[in-house]
Amino acid sequence: MLSINIFQTWLEQTHGIWYVLVLAGIAAIYLGFFAVAGLMLVYLERRVAGYFQLRLGPNRVGPWGLLQTIADALKLVSKEIFVPKMADKLLYKAGYYIVIIAALLALAVIPFARQIQALDFNVGLFFISAVSSVGVLGILIGAWGSRNKYSLIGAMRSGLQMISYELSAGFAIIAVVLMSGTLKMTGIVEAQKHTWFLFQGHLPAIIAFMIFLISGTAETNRVPFDLVEGESELGAGFHTEYSGMGFAFFFLAEFINMFIIAALGATLFLGGWLAPFGITDGLPAQWLWGIIWFLLKVFVLIFLLMWFRWTFPRIRIDQLLTLEWKYLLPIGLVNTVIMAWMVWKDWLIHLG
Amino acid sequence: MTYFGKIFYGIKTLWTGMKVTGGYFFPNITRKKYVITRQYPDEPAVVFPRFKGEVVMWHNENNEHRCTGCQACEIACPNGSIEIIWKREVDPETGKKKKMLDQHIYHLSMCTMCSLCIQACPTNAIMWSTNFHNATYDRGLLTKVLNKPGSKLMAGVEE
Repeated sequence: MLSINIFQTWLEQTHGIWYVLVLAGIAAIYLGFFAVAGLMLVYLERRVAGYFQLRLGPNRVGPWGLLQTIADALKLVSKEIFVPKMADKLLYKAGYYIVIIAALLALAVIPFARQIQALDFNVGLFFISAVSSVGVLGILIGAWGSRNKYSLIGAMRSGLQMISYELSAGFAIIAVVLMSGTLKMTGIVEAQKHTWFLFQGHLPAIIAFMIFLISGTAETNRVPFDLVEGESELGAGFHTEYSGMGFAFFFLAEFINMFIIAALGATLFLGGWLAPFGITDGLPAQWLWGIIWFLLKVFVLIFLLMWFRWTFPRIRIDQLLTLEWKYLLPIGLVNTVIMAWMVWKDWLIHLG
Repeated sequence: MTYFGKIFYGIKTLWTGMKVTGGYFFPNITRKKYVITRQYPDEPAVVFPRFKGEVVMWHNENNEHRCTGCQACEIACPNGSIEIIWKREVDPETGKKKKMLDQHIYHLSMCTMCSLCIQACPTNAIMWSTNFHNATYDRGLLTKVLNKPGSKLMAGVEE
């Protein structure tokens, strides 16, 4: 408590009490968004999975089953948090906090609309790619702390996957940065004022988008890259030993990571909060339209990720590495060079 | 296959798979075309005809059954789910005393649905019913008398 008091006093002395209150309010909003979006995504995933598999999905609790995941969350809150006897207590508990903090930090730089963003600093994109790889640290130490061979195997696979796929995700992002000329998130969106980057850069941008989607799926440990969990081989992978809210935190963070990847894709390639062809530009409440368009694009991408999940079978670890090191990485490299050439010669498409 | 050939082949096969699942998903969200889930308490359940729900005794419209009380099912039953209580009464046609069925008692709570009693029955008196609404709050309710009250043997079964 002492350290928090010192921090609070410092904030109050340097910025005043209102600044502290506003800061706390923003934090509360983001935490609320984290929980609500996570639960809704879990609901959406189950519902979409149901329709893909000729089922109905949850449809009993509340209208259209909307309250199902809230009921599940209440059940998880009431469950015992079991800590294995031989576990390293500190690391075991630190695991999910690190995963959640990483997800929340990445969420902070996502621009929901013009001016609606917690942090807008000049290296936003760099920050997001740095922070999103911290999440794997939480998975690793949580699995190490729980002293379970299945957890550890799952976490090592997660680390391997992250190290590999960060590279090609980075090259896909670099292709966009070449076009925008800035790492600032709002700057990237503003640069797509007339044409989205997906269409501005001809074929290389589309290739970059595909690489981004593939490596984004791999970074969030979703099917077909879910070797980390691999139910049939590893029990539940890195969260085998977690129960109750510990498990729920990992689960929520996984879905928020999916949201972040989709939001990043929407910001980088699909023009973020900008309306297509500027069809809602003259209307009042621009911030609301911005949020609506942004969320719409994000949900299209999330749906695409879910479509991948319920279509493709899980791949083997050697196939995973072959895909990254023999295909995505060389293609990403060549793609970046072509993109740089195009930007240098100014061959980009600028409508309007 | 060449390097680029493999890439295009991969994309093509992925797209083929997505076309299949998408072909299920999109009709399902709009018209629920392929959904095979039957929401049982709201919609009637469809049970296949050979489903083994419980053992029943067949009765015709005159309240006559085909059970002679021979106890073959009771002997065949591996765990004693069936008890036959029989009586010796005067047959109105011949005027002689004769072994007749009084109560065919069936313990559904013990029955393992093995079908041995039905195979053992020489007169095809008992058969499977597809009724599966057998849950009760009292175990005693699962002990049933299969022959209806006042029923008697159908004529011509014993010949």
